Order: sequence, then C-alpha cells, then structure tokens
Amino acid sequence: MALPELKQSATEARLATMELPTGGCLKAARQAALSRVQTMGLPTRRDEYWKYTRPETLVSAEANTAAVFDHDEAPMFDGQDRLKIVFVDGVFDAEASDELALEGVQIDRIEDICCKDIHWAKDVYGVLEARGQSPVERPLAALNTAFAADGVAIHVTGTPSKPINLIYIHAEEQSDAILHHVIRVEPGAEATILENGPAASRFNKCVEIDVADTGKLHLVRAQGRDHERRAATHLFARLGAESVFKSFTLTVNGVLTRNEAVIELTGDDAIAHIAGACVGDGEFHHDDTVFITHDAVNCESRQVFKKVLRNGATGVFQGKILVKDGAQKTDGYQISQSLMLDEDSQFLAKPELEIYADDVACSHGSTSGAIDENALFYLRARGVPKELATDLLTLSFLAEAVEEIESAEIAEDINARLEGWLARRR
Amino acid sequence: MLEIKNLHVQLEEEDKQILKGVDLKVEAGKVHAIMGPNGSGKSTLSYVLSGKGGYEVTEGSASLAGDDLLDMEPEERAAAGLFLAFQYPVEIPGVGNMTFLRTAVNAQRKARGEDELSAADFLKVVRAKAKTLKIDADMLKRPVNVGFSGGEKKRNEILQMAMLEPKMCILDETDSGLDVDAMKLVSEGVNALRDAGRGFLVITHYQRLLDHIKPDVVHIMANGRIIKTGGPELALEVEQNGYADILAEVA
Ligand SMILES: Nc1ncnc2c1ncn2[C@@H]1O[C@H](COP(=O)(O)OP(=O)(O)O)[C@@H](O)[C@H]1O
Ligand SMILES: [Mg+2]
Repeated sequence: MALPELKQSATEARLATMELPTGGCLKAARQAALSRVQTMGLPTRRDEYWKYTRPETLVSAEANTAAVFDHDEAPMFDGQDRLKIVFVDGVFDAEASDELALEGVQIDRIEDICCKDIHWAKDVYGVLEARGQSPVERPLAALNTAFAADGVAIHVTGTPSKPINLIYIHAEEQSDAILHHVIRVEPGAEATILENGPAASRFNKCVEIDVADTGKLHLVRAQGRDHERRAATHLFARLGAESVFKSFTLTVNGVLTRNEAVIELTGDDAIAHIAGACVGDGEFHHDDTVFITHDAVNCESRQVFKKVLRNGATGVFQGKILVKDGAQKTDGYQISQSLMLDEDSQFLAKPELEIYADDVACSHGSTSGAIDENALFYLRARGVPKELATDLLTLSFLAEAVEEIESAEIAEDINARLEGWLARRR
Repeated sequence: MLEIKNLHVQLEEEDKQILKGVDLKVEAGKVHAIMGPNGSGKSTLSYVLSGKGGYEVTEGSASLAGDDLLDMEPEERAAAGLFLAFQYPVEIPGVGNMTFLRTAVNAQRKARGEDELSAADFLKVVRAKAKTLKIDADMLKRPVNVGFSGGEKKRNEILQMAMLEPKMCILDETDSGLDVDAMKLVSEGVNALRDAGRGFLVITHYQRLLDHIKPDVVHIMANGRIIKTGGPELALEVEQNGYADILAEVA
C-alpha cells in the first residue's frame, strides 16, 4: 500500500541525507531495517501513536541545534566505581573510555560484531526491534537499526563487580547521533548498566536486550540536562523464565524526549519493572510510551511513571499491558501520575489493558494533581519554609519511581540531581 | 505570651463569619483550656493563629511575645515559637518521619540564626524523646503519619512539640481518639514541657484530659466567641451539666 503523501515525502527527505554503514555481517539486518522504514514510513503527526507528541523535529532531514551544557559542572554517577564507555556526539571515544575489560562481561563495539564473529549479537541486532514492530509500528527504531554506525555489544556472562556506564557527551551545537546497543545476559548472570548524558543535539538511540532464563539486568539512565536537545529512544527487551529486568529513567530538561519501551515476558516467572521520573519546566515535552506483553505464566510487570511539570511543560504517557492467551497468573501494575506545579502545564495519559487470559491481576491508574495544600501547611507549620516544603513534597511524589532503583547509592545520585533541579528553580 | 484581641475571621471563599470577636491572653507559664460545642470555632482559631490559608481576618489582632502573628508566614510563626498540635495530623507519603523532624528542627534553628544539629546529635535527642512517648524506631522510619493509628498520630504530634521546644503550644483535641494509656503518655509529654517560659492553649471536649494537664484558666467558646472564663472548676461544671446551662446563662 502506498504511503500517504506527507509521510512519503518526509521519509524520502530524511533517507536522502543518510547512508547505510558499510560492510560486514550486519548488512542484511540493516537492509531489512531500511525496507521496514520504507514500508512503514517515518512518523507524522497524523499517526495515532504520535497523537500527543509531534515527531517532525525527530524526523526532519536536518537536526535541530542545542546549546551545549558544561557536563563537568554536574557530573553524574561520579562517585560510583564503574567502567566508563564514552561516546561524543554519538561516536565512541576510546581515549575518554576505560579499557573495555571487566570480569564477567564481554564488551565490543558493534562494528566488531562481524570481524569477531559474535554470534549472539547477530541474533539480537535488529531482531528484537523487528519483533517490536507489531502490533504498533516504531519506524524511528527501524531507522536506527539501519543507520547506527556505533554502539556496543555487551555480553554478560557472570556478575561484573561494577556497573558499566555508557556516557553520552554532547559536544557540537548541531549533532545528529544514532547509537545502537545490544545486550545479552546469560543464565544466572547479573549486571547493572548506567547511562547518562544528552549525547547530541538530536539523539536516536536503540537498545535491544535479551535476558536469558534466570538472568538479571538493571538499567539506570539519566538523560542529559541540555535544554534544547531532542531525543527519541527505544528499548526492546525479551525476558526468559525467572529473569529480572529493571529499568529507571530520569529526565531533567530537554525540549523533546520520546522514550519507548517494548518488553516481552516470554518465560514463566519473569519480572519486569520499568520506571521513570521526569521534571520539566517551560519548553519541555516528555513522552513515555510503553508496551509490555505477557506471554508466559506467573510473570510480574510494573510500570511507574511520575512527571513534575511547570511553566507550560507537557507530559505524555502511553502505556499498555497486553496479556496473551495462556499468560495466567499475570501480575500487572501500571501507574502514571503528574504533579502540576502551576496551572499552565498539561499531562496527557493513555493507559491501556488488553487481556486474553482469565486468571490475572492487572491494575492501572493515572492521576494528575497539584501539591497537597494540607501537607504543605503541615510542613510549614513545623517551620519548614514554603520552597523547601514544596521540594520535599515533590521529591516524595517522585519517590515511588526512584524507589524502583535497586542500588541505594545510585538512587542517591538520582535524588541529588532532582534536588539540584528543584533548588535552581526556587 | 499569646495575646488575641477582638479577632474576627471569615472564610475567604464564602461570606461566612466564624470568629466573631475573640479576646484571649495566655501568659507564659500558664495553661489555658478552651472548651465548647462542636462547630464553635476552636479549630478555626488554632488554624488562623498558625497561618493556614482560606481564612480572612477582618478585624482584631494576635501577637506572640509582642510580635504580630498575623503578618507572618506559617513557617515564621513556627520559628517564632508557635506550635499547633493538629486535631487531624496530616499524612505525608514519601517523606520519612525522621527526615521530616530533622528538616523542621533545622529549618527553625536556621531561621533563628542557630547552627543546625548534626545528624548524630539529632538522632540521640530524637531517640530519647521518642522513647518516653513509646514511639518505636519503626514509627520514626515510616512516612509521616502514614498508617499510624489515631493514638500514634497524636503521640507523634507531641514528639514534634518536644523536639521543637516552642514557646506557645496549642493542642487541638489532642485527647480525641486516645485510650487511657495513650492519654497518660500524651499528658506526661505535655507536662514535661511545662515551664515558666512556655504557654499552653489546650482545646478539648473532656475534663478527662484536664485531670492530667491541670489548667490555670478555662474558657468556654460558643458561636465564635469566648462566652465564659473561669478556673478549673468551670471544666468540671461542663463535664457534669454540658454546655446548655452556660449557653442559657449568657443568652
Ligand atoms: N474551610 C472551611 N469551609 C467551610 N466551613 C468551615 C471551614 N472551616 C470552618 N468552617 C465552619 O466553621 C465553623 C467552626 O468550625 P471549627 O473551627 O472546626 O469548630 P470546632 O473546632 O470548634 O468544632 C463550623 O461551622 C465549620 O463548619
Ligand atoms: Mg475542632
């Protein structure tokens, strides 16, 4: 079927500026992804899935500019003992990175997947993304699979002693970064991956995660503070039996962020938690789009998304739990909430449940509200100044999401950044 | 200590007058009690004094140790030494009780130009005071008042009062919802704070509390006014005969 005119021309304009990375065994995967993009077309504002977020600037041939924030001023995860992998405007920086060696994990750049013949990575690259294209199309992810020239393949075979920190530095005012990572966690293995930084003025990132039976993966990311940056990210995860996947995302600032997560629980007794806390002031549009599929027995999924909005900021949440026929004993929970610090902001939420099994417990809720005046007065009556009391209540609103982070030290880093953000806005 | 003159208060949102000329003076070192039928304006008085929004003072004044209270923000009133033990303590999910207490104590110290208490010093003091009120470590860790029983909430109010060491304490129906043992604990907590430099205003329906916290002066409030003032015997009279006689007397 021919694409609508607007979609066709936008897609052609974007593709005209791009070149497929050459060579190697990923060529077929990239070409298949390119055909997916051509068939689906890039998103336009007419698409139902993009009803609340305008995709034009994420799709345009030329990337937006964004003033560069001094990342040394507020380093993230600095106190953590970690293995650093640095990308500058989407390009791996060997100088700034640690040696890619850590017991219990094998880390390679995706360009080496072929010459090193890393089989598992070939079985993941573009594969989970392609699975995630149905029932809803995610053309920006296919675009990423086709054109990403950099990224890492992380193979977790044991329990590394420290987290792996992917650091995304934004250096040029106008930069258009596309990164693609693949991660495989073997049975019984467990790792923590940290991500931070804006990456570029425009960032398209895709991560495919394959967690084998009884594997565990923790993912904590802090999306950069640069005000004008734009980002579209995709996370595709497939979980085996008794595996655990936990993800938390902090977003402060950024004019436009669309974070999609597609999680498939394919083995019995698997657990998937995905959480997000975002704080936005003024020109800020933040969209969490989540799709969780239960396709096995006795799995648990939990979505906790909290947004603090002020000065005309917009928060979007589209979250779906799909329980397939036979996925009995599913325990699904979804909450999306916004805290409005003034009357100018908006929160758009579309929570969905689709259930084809009869023995399941699923709940979802979405609320939007202001600071609790009674709680505020109670704190003030005890001598806590209004601004500090408001901050405390704001942090307490976000707490349910931040509490999804397993490591107390990492949660502290996240809270410190939130406190800083609030303090600067008094 | 606390001086209220001809205080008139109405609701901000609707044209409804609640306090219709309240005069009251609580001296340092004294305990005053206010009794009165439901809806007479007792809680409103305590809220207006502590600075809750939604009320408009149309006439009159209120001062604490000579400083105009009505001009101050709620947190300034607290730092100046005013404390209200709430009739309905507020639950604050996500804020730990200990964090709450430490933030409050240090905010007041800071406002008064004093050094903040170190975490270790604070912990020591809080533990000692919590113990006398039978507040266990778990209650200190939990979010403020969340999942607390009625009695636990009231004991938590008294703990806050003990930590903040205010000059003027207003207790709004702190006895409601307390069993006999809890009443004793709370009263002992209050009595331990009785001091020549501190004033108390105890709002209650029952003589029972006043058996434990002996008042110097008892006021009866009805329909937005103090209609009668007397000694401790006035509370006994209310206990025996209710408010009907007193109301009839002044009508
Ligand atoms: N915020 C409010 N909105 C509406 N009515 C109020 C409000 N606050 C107090 N009132 C009314 O004012 C009167 C006095 O209430 P209150 O001060 O709570 O009395 P008391 O504590 O003596 O029982 C009651 O009639 C009550 O309904
Ligand atoms: Mg009352």
